Amino acid sequence: MSTSSEIYSLRVNGTDQHVKDAWIGESLLYVLRERLGFMGSKGACEQGECGSCTVLINNDAVCSCLVMAASAIDTDIITVEGLAPSESPNDIQQAFVTEGAVQCGFCTPGLIVAVHHLLETNSSPTEIEVKEALSGNICRCTGYGRIFSAVQLVISQREKSIS
Amino acid sequence: MTIFSPRSLTEALQVLNEHPTARLLAGGTDTMVEINFRHFEPGDIISLRHVQELQVFETLSTGYRLGAAIPYKQFENGSFSHVSGALSEASRTVGSPQIRATGTIGGNLGTCSPAGDTLPVLSALDAQIELSSINGIRMLSIHDFMLGVKRNARVSNEIITAIHIPKINGFQGYAKVGVRNAMVISIASACLIHNMDKSHISLALGAVGPTIIRCRTAEKWLTQNADLSTSTALTTEVIEEFGRLAASEALPITDHRSTAEYRKHAVGVLAQRLLKRAMK
Ligand SMILES: Cc1cc2nc3c(=O)[nH]c(=O)nc-3n(C[C@H](O)[C@H](O)[C@H](O)COP(=O)(O)OP(=O)(O)OC[C@H]3O[C@@H](n4cnc5c(N)ncnc54)[C@H](O)[C@@H]3O)c2cc1C
Ligand code: FES
Ligand code: FES
Repeated sequence: MSTSSEIYSLRVNGTDQHVKDAWIGESLLYVLRERLGFMGSKGACEQGECGSCTVLINNDAVCSCLVMAASAIDTDIITVEGLAPSESPNDIQQAFVTEGAVQCGFCTPGLIVAVHHLLETNSSPTEIEVKEALSGNICRCTGYGRIFSAVQLVISQREKSIS
Repeated sequence: MTIFSPRSLTEALQVLNEHPTARLLAGGTDTMVEINFRHFEPGDIISLRHVQELQVFETLSTGYRLGAAIPYKQFENGSFSHVSGALSEASRTVGSPQIRATGTIGGNLGTCSPAGDTLPVLSALDAQIELSSINGIRMLSIHDFMLGVKRNARVSNEIITAIHIPKINGFQGYAKVGVRNAMVISIASACLIHNMDKSHISLALGAVGPTIIRCRTAEKWLTQNADLSTSTALTTEVIEEFGRLAASEALPITDHRSTAEYRKHAVGVLAQRLLKRAMK
């Protein structure tokens, strides 16, 4: 039942990862980046405001900066690295490139995870549903227009491939 | 310093009894901000993530029993959005989708901020808070549970296990003022519940006092000046007087989010709007 503060393991992108010598108060964001080498998730605010650290835990999109890493044992954690291999971007990532939705890119990994989560739960969201789903992700560069265009591109491409 | 991840409520209560100074961790959306910014140095932690009993929802004969660790998204538009219109509206205003997938009502009660969005709803509904310890269960009215700014009546070996709310026949609504639509802590908020069976309207205000304020004066005045057994539209005079009385019961302060004056004005407007939505 109890876990010692020093060693625990997390299931990240389907693989068990052992975390050693960690301080108990460390956030999942910190452990992913600094201890396990998953640099995809970004940290900008560390208070749940910006969404750049978004990951999936048991299929929920959550801010990894607000999850105590040691409490996330026995959950399924998916980071942006787990959505597609780095050499072949998935359709969401490609659409962000095509539509010019990436400028400095700091918000992008969190947005990719949030868009992935949205489209997994709702394959044809309305414009307002897209805006609501991405309301926890802040982008300082793009003004969001190109991000919404990228989401629309993915939706229409996926609809075409089904019909 | 240790983290415990109990797998049942019994285990959780035992560990808490042995480590009464431990911090309970539900969604972590309040606690992790404190830790990340070094406002809180964690000692022992008891994670409630794997305590299934706290996720249980039950329909009772007179209402509902909501497990304390059910996240907001379930009340917003998930499986339990039907239990209370006001709770659903309040949940929808919390933070962002990420926060609503993580944060819990038990955590909102645990933190007991005057701006906690579910608290005016629980106050207006006269919710009962279920507190469990190794000695058994204690039921406490929400009005006795909330003591002041970030202070509540939970004792150190207790876990908030559930919230009991009644089934209401009539309108219920929640309204909040903030600087934008997403990710905003209330500057002022209000919850209005119309219980047609009891010919009563209750009104609770958030973020305008050390804790949630129930507008007993405005409620009493309304009972005497309107027929609340139906939802027939009220006159402008009645609606305005109700708003004025509600505003006069607020005890706001000026802080970095707003001024006391504006808050008082805002809760009066919110009370009027909610009353208009209820009676039409
Ligand atoms: C970006 C951001 C936006 C936010 N926006 C809002 C908002 O709009 N409205 C709002 O009301 N809040 C908001 N919050 C605050 C927070 O999300 C809520 O207060 C939430 O309900 C806390 O729940 P939790 O489970 O995450 O709490 P935790 O951090 O896990 O716990 C909070 C406190 O409650 C105690 N606790 C938790 N569960 C129990 C239990 N079962 N029994 C006894 N004690 C318990 C903990 O020990 C701790 O002291 C926001 C937070 C962030 C980071
Ligand atoms: S770093 Fe987690 S939300 Fe900003
Ligand atoms: S591209 Fe720079 S923050 Fe979004």
